[in-house]
Amino acid sequence: MHIEIAEQDRAFRDEVRAFIGDRLPRDVRDKVRDGSLLTREDVVGWMRTVSGRGWMCPNWPEAAGGPGWTPSQKFIFEEESYLACAPGPVPFGPQMVGPVLLAFGTEEQKARHLPGILSSDVIWCQGYSEPNSGSDLASLGCRAVRDGDHYTVNGRKIWTTNADWADWCFALVRTDSSGKKQDGISVLLIDMSLPGVTVRPIERFSRMSDFNEVIFEDVRVPVSERVHDEGKGWTCAKYLLGHERSGSAGIGLCRQRVDRLEEIDDGRAPDFSRRIAETGAALEDLRWSYLRMVAAKEADDEIGSEASLLKIRGTEIQQDVMELLMEAQGYFAHPFIERALARGWNEPPVGPSEAAGATAFYFDWRKASIYGGSNEIQRNIIAKAVLGL
Amino acid sequence: MDFDFSEDQQLLQESVQRFVRENYSFEQRRQLVATEQGYADAHWRQFAELGWLGIPFPEEHGGLGMSGVETMIVMEAVGSGLVAEPYLPTVVMGGGAVTLAGSDDQKAEILPAVVEGRCKLAFAFAERQARYNLQDVEVCAEGANGGYRLSGMKSVVFGAPTADRFIVSARTAGGSRDAEGITLFLVDRDAPGLSVRGYPTADGLRAGEMTLDNTPARGVLGEVDGGLAAVEEVVDRAIAAVSAEAVGLMGALNDMTLEYLKTREQFGQPIGRFQVLQHRMVDMFIAHEEAKSMAMMAAMRVGEEDADARKKAMSAAKVQIGKSARFVGQQSIQLHGGIGMTDEYAAGHYFKRLTMIDRSFGDNDYHLRRYAAL
Repeated sequence: MHIEIAEQDRAFRDEVRAFIGDRLPRDVRDKVRDGSLLTREDVVGWMRTVSGRGWMCPNWPEAAGGPGWTPSQKFIFEEESYLACAPGPVPFGPQMVGPVLLAFGTEEQKARHLPGILSSDVIWCQGYSEPNSGSDLASLGCRAVRDGDHYTVNGRKIWTTNADWADWCFALVRTDSSGKKQDGISVLLIDMSLPGVTVRPIERFSRMSDFNEVIFEDVRVPVSERVHDEGKGWTCAKYLLGHERSGSAGIGLCRQRVDRLEEIDDGRAPDFSRRIAETGAALEDLRWSYLRMVAAKEADDEIGSEASLLKIRGTEIQQDVMELLMEAQGYFAHPFIERALARGWNEPPVGPSEAAGATAFYFDWRKASIYGGSNEIQRNIIAKAVLGL
Repeated sequence: MDFDFSEDQQLLQESVQRFVRENYSFEQRRQLVATEQGYADAHWRQFAELGWLGIPFPEEHGGLGMSGVETMIVMEAVGSGLVAEPYLPTVVMGGGAVTLAGSDDQKAEILPAVVEGRCKLAFAFAERQARYNLQDVEVCAEGANGGYRLSGMKSVVFGAPTADRFIVSARTAGGSRDAEGITLFLVDRDAPGLSVRGYPTADGLRAGEMTLDNTPARGVLGEVDGGLAAVEEVVDRAIAAVSAEAVGLMGALNDMTLEYLKTREQFGQPIGRFQVLQHRMVDMFIAHEEAKSMAMMAAMRVGEEDADARKKAMSAAKVQIGKSARFVGQQSIQLHGGIGMTDEYAAGHYFKRLTMIDRSFGDNDYHLRRYAAL
């Protein structure tokens, strides 16, 4: 056991800092810092800059276009990105579709799709949940019927994050409903510009909207866009779950917000200072749990189900941080001028400039304990797979 | 000891509940808060006709001379329907200040107009630097030609955009956080040098920032330099009122969450069959019952003579309301899953109002400190 940071990691941290400092547009940085709404151009523009440096897909093998980082370098990059208020990437291409294609895709599929993900020229979304299939995802009913060298797809996907920005969708569809429900699921890659694809934004009560409903009506998808064998979609989905566990649980995001809380805190309210400190300590624990369970593993080590705890604690701490930031505004948590969250608002803010965003983020972040497998489902996973209950 | 409503109180409850049923479907409410004003003049006239605008005021000034219990009944219904009319700023706070601190002449001038729905009030007590500290007052008032002129800013004044008159706390003596030296003033909407920047709040209601620039006050309300006690009592009345409102909000949230648990099916059964969700729902039920007890206590003790005892009781109520509201609000969203996050579903809107109640009149840290100090 040792915890010294290697000399090369220090140098790497400096390199990342310098890169972000040089290249991140100031207006985008300010929006991230103040919790303003980001446009597609803000996010994708930054993704392209990162892609240009070869850093978009840290989890991919070097041969496939990954930067060949150690686990600690990946962590440093993500942490530095958040601390510098860089927008997070649309994760579905680099963190989900890419790894699945690398594991299960044909050479032709890899050649067709990986370059666009690496360059951030193609943005992906993930078609998982349906109106009647949330926690019970395997019950999904979006149907794909084989018709020669095409599938005809009909159904609805819901809570599809970033579908309004996406060029392609990685979708779980039902190709067979005769046997066990997990065995009739396949993965299709669907071009969002095909006839019959409709995207409807779903407004959240936080007044933020990157959720969508995606409707497929007689969409004809070439069989060559099916990943893995027919009926092997659940295998791909489970593989992805393992990859999601290796995510860093929003530690960088929380660190940036806790730093801000410490700046705001003037020491006049000792109870509040104490709660900031408690959250800071919990975040430190999360960071070390992540380093122990994920970052210190070698590339081939399997990340165990116990890493579900990172999703649970990660989202809980994110929610605590958002709540503290809202509470810090006092009465200024009330004013809510929706236009103030968007680009081009030039009037002076009501109260501190971050107040409107703080309230919106508190409300919006309630989604974190619901998405990506609700925290109840994550606890089921630990109960079953780790504790054998 | 008796926790039952009298016959008159039951009639009042039926009448406000009927109003909410008939006028405040979630869709109606959504359309209403999206309008410029954010509430309906027709509703306000109805409130006046039904006598609700006069509930806490003395009969000699056109009111019904009722107690905190009747205010609780109205506010619980306000919560259950997310009612958007400025009842709290006008009747509970502004009217409360006039009743507590006003002279007979001032009461005679203002209260009948409020009761008849002709005059809306707003109580401007908060300032940017003050957080929840009621005696941190920097707006200053200087005597001039037998009157006073006010300068400075008041923040997040509930109901400000449509108020006809303001009751403003300002400093007439002492340093910015001294208990002594605070005076309440009556300021007319069209007074020179007064500007109001109105905006919607996160819960869909309306508030505003008030800038006073050498603005003449119409009059002093109560004692010069001794206004803090009235400010505290008005805010305590507001605490009792929002406690009842929160009970109505939580009741509505628990009803819709329970219904969802019984009807939403996953894994081939209603999700309410899962024990972890059953226990969560039970805890939400407990939180609501605890809040009800405290809202009733607050309604019965808000008129208490002994100011310290009243303050301690209101702080205890606010702490419990805050705890219950946070738990019920957050968990109702969690138990609904994705649909709970949407703008077109009611739960999020109830959660937002509950959260803003928690951010008003002192949060839990503030009231735990005040409770401990008394």
